[in-house]
Amino acid sequence: MSEKLPKPEELSTVDFRPVDYDWMTAKATFRKGTYSYQAAPKNLKYLGLANPREWSPIDDDWKLPDNWKTIILEGLRERLDKFRSLGLFMDICVRCGACADKCHFYIGSGDPKNMPVLRAELLRSVYRRYFTTTGKMFGALAGARELDVSLLKEWFYYFYQCTECRRCSVYCPYGIDTAEITMLGRELLTLVGCNINWVMEPVANCFRTGNHLGIQPHAFKDNIEFVRDELEEVTGIHIDPPINKKGAEVLFVTPSADVFASPAIYTLMGYMLLFHHIGLDYTFSAYASDGGNFGLFASHELMKRLNAKNYAEAKRLGVKWILGGECGHMWRVMHQYMATMNGPADFLEVPVSPVTGTRFEHARSTKMVHICEFTSDLIRHGKLKLDKSRNDHRVVTFHDSCNPARSVGILEEPRYVLRNVVNQFHEMPENTIREHTFCCGGGAGLGNDENMEMRLRGGMPRGHAVRHVRDAHGVNLLACICAIDKATLPALVDYWSPGVDVGGVHELVGNALVMEGENERTTDLRGDPMATSKGESDA
Amino acid sequence: MKRFLQAAMLFGVLLAGVVVASQAQGLRSVLGTVLPYAAVAVLLVGVIYRVAGVWGRAPVPFRIPTSCGQQKALSWIKPSKLDNPSTTLGVIGRMALEVLVFRSLFRNVRTQLKPGPKLAYVGGWELWAAAMAFHWSFLLIVLRHMRYFTEPVAGFATMLAALDGFFEIGVPTLYVTNVLIVAGLGYLLLRRVFDPQLRMISLAADFFPLLLLLSIVVTGGLMRYFGHTDVASIKELAIGLITFHPVVPAGIGSLFFVHLTLVSVLLAYLPFSKLMHMPGVFLSPTRNLANNNRAERHVNPWNAPVKVHTYEEWEEEFHDKIEACGLPLDKP
Repeated sequence: MSEKLPKPEELSTVDFRPVDYDWMTAKATFRKGTYSYQAAPKNLKYLGLANPREWSPIDDDWKLPDNWKTIILEGLRERLDKFRSLGLFMDICVRCGACADKCHFYIGSGDPKNMPVLRAELLRSVYRRYFTTTGKMFGALAGARELDVSLLKEWFYYFYQCTECRRCSVYCPYGIDTAEITMLGRELLTLVGCNINWVMEPVANCFRTGNHLGIQPHAFKDNIEFVRDELEEVTGIHIDPPINKKGAEVLFVTPSADVFASPAIYTLMGYMLLFHHIGLDYTFSAYASDGGNFGLFASHELMKRLNAKNYAEAKRLGVKWILGGECGHMWRVMHQYMATMNGPADFLEVPVSPVTGTRFEHARSTKMVHICEFTSDLIRHGKLKLDKSRNDHRVVTFHDSCNPARSVGILEEPRYVLRNVVNQFHEMPENTIREHTFCCGGGAGLGNDENMEMRLRGGMPRGHAVRHVRDAHGVNLLACICAIDKATLPALVDYWSPGVDVGGVHELVGNALVMEGENERTTDLRGDPMATSKGESDA
Repeated sequence: MKRFLQAAMLFGVLLAGVVVASQAQGLRSVLGTVLPYAAVAVLLVGVIYRVAGVWGRAPVPFRIPTSCGQQKALSWIKPSKLDNPSTTLGVIGRMALEVLVFRSLFRNVRTQLKPGPKLAYVGGWELWAAAMAFHWSFLLIVLRHMRYFTEPVAGFATMLAALDGFFEIGVPTLYVTNVLIVAGLGYLLLRRVFDPQLRMISLAADFFPLLLLLSIVVTGGLMRYFGHTDVASIKELAIGLITFHPVVPAGIGSLFFVHLTLVSVLLAYLPFSKLMHMPGVFLSPTRNLANNNRAERHVNPWNAPVKVHTYEEWEEEFHDKIEACGLPLDKP
């Protein structure tokens, strides 16, 4: 893959001026590096989904069911009846164009159909043709298009070229949310078996084993203990992380990448140190072993199917409340969908920090608290012994992950934690952070290798912003609170802004935590040497 | 350009038809009474049907506000009460900002790729300014027109007219709103025609309402500033319409009938067009809901049961592995 990638300078020569481009007749071309591979039939079969088969997006014949058009149109009708958002977003767009240059994929590719307005028009043109009087009467003149196979292929190409980051919805004068349109568009595609494997394999894995990576219970335990052993080597602290422990006060749910993939495992070390430091009575679960939920990227039904385990497990283990780790889309689901889908969680208690006594009233219904809320409350109450200078080898900037920023509003909590654990912190330009933050380009199931060129294109705005603070302030660590970020940003940063690492906020907390009985720390949790003096860190 | 030409042709045909019809004395009662009533009826039925019968009938299954600021969570972190409201009052504030001053559009910043290569975020306020100029002028002009429908003239209409003509330029006094609405609409139309990206995404249905509105503004302006308009007769017609005693007094110039008929077309066209963004914005679930998801449970009326993989099934499938690694079992 990598040898075919264009150089950053080449990728940056994007032409935004469409010449004689007619979106109503232009077709999608599946160019290698810009699309994701089809879902393997075994995954669809396991989940009981439609039309499992061998096929490829570059085939002419997608082996659709004979009545695929009826299925799609009936599916659309059903969703118009079930989601006010859909009908509204179909009807009220004025095509003012404010969203057009807000999409990272448009900025990085110049492909007009990556303008949020046109991504939505792909669905809207079909809606007009079959569900509005003007569309039925005037056809193309009214912006209506006949649903045919090439249009379905466009849906597949462009709905899987949207990371559901919601940036466009911040700027839309009517709050039209392309994430909602993409989600429902993908649901329609799911009805005829047009899915990508990077979504469906994790979903199938997660349904079976409880986590996206398909780690079985014994391996889950092994992995946690492996990370625990590494941690002991650095700190000399021995921790026995509880798993499936009944009667614990808190169930800790985090994305499975934290126990399996670098650099997310260093974040896990941070959690373990933190919980040990404050003596938290908590448990991991090998059943609810992933807070992440790729169901969000396929359909509302799959989202609910995967999410159900969290409350079920909290109930079975008899915990009082749930604490959630650093993850982006997981927090969209936990915050905006979980209680509605699988609640009410009346068997749990309103979360109260056992250390500070803070009652987390904002989570009184869902009973789930974000780790950054929990930790910043601890710091605020002076309950953590922290040595900031242990992170002096790091000059840090913070990447707001799409969902915590635009679907919850967790903006200050991670910054408060960072300012208390690092000495050198610099923000990226204001149009690229907080609610304006740019996606990593690999969310919503697009973080696969075959899609690398598109990821790098989509990551261009973020990459440029990181490069800016690297050059201006010597930033060498991009901190974030999202497992997908931790998986996808390293490749992005290597490409656009080499010399910057990616890590979790709680990895830096772990570095700074002064533990009772610990060895003198000469390295950080990664085993990299810490700065011994200010002078060296500046070198 | 094709879609602009289509819209321009359609509009041209419409305008020509209206101009021809306005010349015919025999059609005056149709244009002056029947058509306005029909247009208002279509408007009311159409808007109510779309809002209550279509959008309102579909439930809001999930609470999905777009949070554009700090959440309310910890007591010592200041929440962004308007851009990320957690209370109904906050939502009302957010919606008021959205509807009255186009808060979201105000964020608009243009992304540019500069040599380097380097991304720059500059400008973008012009769209907001033109939108504000057009929408507010339009509202004030409509309110000013209430002087034709009230006798004695409603106080607010007189006051608005006085304010609007504050600069006392020319005779009759030039209204500021008239200048602003032409500038606003003109900018919105020209950018659609000359900006290649905007032209590409524009449909005929995007050009058409701009042309229609401009023509209404221009015909109105012609009557006020350049014509000899029998205002008293027009007022008689207007009062007749709203008191349901329609009359078409003699002596009203044909330009007025062009103006009135174009307004009727606008009213009747609105429910079938993107102009439904006017009522629609109030219903947008990313804006009109409080971001209090974890504090108050949102109920989905069709929350259907789904197939899940229960703990019991999970334990049964991995029973031996769980046992071998020493994790607890519910059924040993």
